[in-house]
Amino acid sequence: MEIEKRVVELTDRLQYIQDVFGGRENANIALMRSRLGEFAARHDAPPGEKAQMLRQLEDLFGFLEKKLDEELTPMDRVRIVRHPARVSLKDILENVYDNYTEIGGQDEYSIDPSMLIARAYITRRKGDKVINQPVMVIGQEKGHGQEFRNGGSVKPWGNAKALQYMKVAETERIPIHTYVFTPGAYPVEDFPGAAQQIARNLYEMGGLRVPVVSVISEGGSGGAEAIGLSDVRLMLSHGYYSVISPEGAAAIEAGIRQGQRVAPELIAECARRLSITAADNLRMGYIDKVVAEPDLGARPHHYDFFKDLRQEVVRATDQVFLGVAGFKLFRALVASRRKDGDAESMFVRWTLDEAAADRLVWKRYCKYRRMAETAFRDSRPSGARIASRAQSLLWSGYSFLRYDFLGKYIKNLAKTVGDLEAEVRLVANRLAAPLRKSREKNGVVACDPEKSRMLVELSQPEQGACLEDFGWRYVSPKAAEDKAVTCPESKTYGCPDLWAPDLYGDFAGVCVNCGHHFPMEYQWVLGNVFDPGSVTEHDADLEAGNPLDYPGFDEKLAAAKEKTGRKSGCVSLDAKIDGIKITSAVLYSAFRGGSVGAAEGEKFIRALARARRRHFPFLAYVHGTAGIRIQESLNGLIQMPRVTLAVRRYIEAGGLYVVLYDTNSYAGPVASFLGCSPYQFSVRSANIGFAGPGVIKETTGIDIPPDYHRAHNALARGHIQGIWDRREIRKNLKQVLLTIGGRNLYYR
Amino acid sequence: MIDVKALLEQIKAAPYEEIVVEAPHTGVVRFAGIEPGTRVEATSGAYGEKPGTLLAKLTREHNDKPLFAGAKGVVGEVRRELEGTFVEAGTQLAVIRHYLSKDEVIAAILRQVLHLFRAPERAKYYFIPSVDKKVKASGPRSVTVKPGMELFIVSRMKREKPLIYEGPEGIIYAVYFQHDQNVDQGAPLVGVCPESQTSLIQDVVNRVRTDWEEGE
Repeated sequence: MEIEKRVVELTDRLQYIQDVFGGRENANIALMRSRLGEFAARHDAPPGEKAQMLRQLEDLFGFLEKKLDEELTPMDRVRIVRHPARVSLKDILENVYDNYTEIGGQDEYSIDPSMLIARAYITRRKGDKVINQPVMVIGQEKGHGQEFRNGGSVKPWGNAKALQYMKVAETERIPIHTYVFTPGAYPVEDFPGAAQQIARNLYEMGGLRVPVVSVISEGGSGGAEAIGLSDVRLMLSHGYYSVISPEGAAAIEAGIRQGQRVAPELIAECARRLSITAADNLRMGYIDKVVAEPDLGARPHHYDFFKDLRQEVVRATDQVFLGVAGFKLFRALVASRRKDGDAESMFVRWTLDEAAADRLVWKRYCKYRRMAETAFRDSRPSGARIASRAQSLLWSGYSFLRYDFLGKYIKNLAKTVGDLEAEVRLVANRLAAPLRKSREKNGVVACDPEKSRMLVELSQPEQGACLEDFGWRYVSPKAAEDKAVTCPESKTYGCPDLWAPDLYGDFAGVCVNCGHHFPMEYQWVLGNVFDPGSVTEHDADLEAGNPLDYPGFDEKLAAAKEKTGRKSGCVSLDAKIDGIKITSAVLYSAFRGGSVGAAEGEKFIRALARARRRHFPFLAYVHGTAGIRIQESLNGLIQMPRVTLAVRRYIEAGGLYVVLYDTNSYAGPVASFLGCSPYQFSVRSANIGFAGPGVIKETTGIDIPPDYHRAHNALARGHIQGIWDRREIRKNLKQVLLTIGGRNLYYR
Repeated sequence: MIDVKALLEQIKAAPYEEIVVEAPHTGVVRFAGIEPGTRVEATSGAYGEKPGTLLAKLTREHNDKPLFAGAKGVVGEVRRELEGTFVEAGTQLAVIRHYLSKDEVIAAILRQVLHLFRAPERAKYYFIPSVDKKVKASGPRSVTVKPGMELFIVSRMKREKPLIYEGPEGIIYAVYFQHDQNVDQGAPLVGVCPESQTSLIQDVVNRVRTDWEEGE
């Protein structure tokens, strides 16, 4: 019986190896198979001999597994994390923590069974005393292939639940451990919306006043970021952490349409190019430490692995607390030098006071600010760099003097003067009232004869009163073509064809019959919304690069730079709208679809910093963005938390952050630094969403209606706050700056 | 009395509907690689978002406007002589032979042999209680209707009034409305046929269901 059980185990191990290697033939696997076959053929051997052979076979399996582990390709690792036999969060809760209670779910009876939340504790010794240190454990549960877990693909409401319990942990002042086991977020737009909820999570996590430690096994893009922003990021050695699944990258690379299959070789090649393994991510600095797994990946029976993992998460949590604690002396030093396996030998209290929590949030901001700093090119000469640094210092000094130092006195003075003036005015009014009354009684109402003539006479067409001046300073080059254009809504609304010079010139790309907005260039907004001559561009020399040396991408970048005459997909500028000074960052679609990489992220952050220093309101004008630039992989993906933290810092400092979408805005940027704004507006006929129709069909199997991502639906779902006509952007922006900004326009 | 068999023979002789594709507006025609015998698809997709096969492009004021097939079938005739010429709106460009499906054949036969009694106004319709009982117990074909007979209750905005059947005497062969749902003005309520023809119609319908071979 014992022997049979062990044979079954070996058969399972062989099957697992074959699954992981994806049908690839390998001499070692063939050897294992043949040896196991030989053993099965000798079923009539005496028990003693059988036991001996089995021992040898097990040793051989162990030896060959070690050898095979060294041969693992990035795609094999992807197959490991997706294998139903891989450890799941439930296994970790059972084996790493000493006790736990699952919150808000029992198997399929949960608002989202793919998001698992539990209160757990770790028991530690302090001298003779036993202390239970509580933690909030949050993570995706893949459930060893249970169908209702949806493979760890979390729906928006699952991420909302995660955020709710992070806030609970903050209230209760207990640390949070997050476990990332997701192939990506479930791309539906129903409220709270995949993108918008991830953005909300990122924004809130940026300011959590308790330590967060995350462990990444399968880090699939936005879904991973929804709970992955943390103070210490650990990664399992056989995991992957990527901006897109290798299949998705290969489909884009091959230009393949929905329903067709991509060659497996290209998928494996993309997995390699994207640098998605733990070692790659450690080298690039996006994770802090790799947790070693047993050969060919951890499975639930690897109890030693759970022991190691426990040591690692305890050590990481200790380090965060000690890193911000006021009184630590030697413990911080010892904590960083402790050998593996003795993490619990020293006691660290898992509590923070207010000052330490402030330091924690600041350290988190700095940690992300430093990431991806080498992933773009800065072609400015050193003199220009020094000048720009000096300029920011000047701005900081000026705004400190004006708003913080003198500002206080001026404010107090203005308040006193204002009060006094109101008093005087009241007294004067009362005293002069009888005089005014008698004058009104006797006086004759006089009217300017010229004014009255203008009001009563008909307009005079010969003087040009009927000639409409649309007043656009920038006119699109599309208006120079002599052709008619058909409105895409003509089937529904019966729109007549429009002549291009009328449509793109006078009508600003808006169908006069149904109001459909044709896409226009970003220059249209720069030229017609901002005051003439007020636009000053900054950081134009920050250049999009190819940090992973993705094959063929250098040429594509060079082509985009030549086509647009710019060096990245983001324009950072200061401008005025009817005299109101603003800072703006523009993401435009002509440069690689408006995708966001390290250069674009950095420009956005610098623009936010400039707005903060100068106390300007900030406008993110998203002419179009296709998402994160996949060829930069993690260098691009990390911009999601990174820029969101910068946005948070700007808003907390008192800034006004307004987002305006135009044409198409999808994926990562919407799910982070754009979606986190409380004031998001859209130009009519724009599309806003998380994933495009093709990806939704592929991942969920749902055919979505063609207008699923339209701005009106985004407004109906509560994702954005208003829809504007393109011709009224300037007027509406001014209105927003005056009403939402109001007296807090330049500082709060 | 209509000869159902002859009708079926007639449909069998030409088992398709000929759809004439006309130029919707003026313009210069450029056909898109269609020849007689080319198979074309109709608009598809759960939301009708995928256009049918491209038949031609009509260029008007430098604007290429596509012309898509509106029905599935085979191209019967293409007026190639018009290629590159300026045509008026309504000019015949091609003919699509749309092969009738079983349901379309049955609908075509029923349209001709049944007397359709139509809704006089948009409202909800119910059978009067005595008829309703019969329909529920043994199906609509157990009800014989005569002109001048009170057959329906028209219910609109909570006001109800009786509706009198007008038309030839016969039995109710098919019911086209559902209770609790509004029926538009002019939409058929019931299809009536002489009792003697019931079995014949049923026979033909069954034969169509089993024997009709759907063309391409």
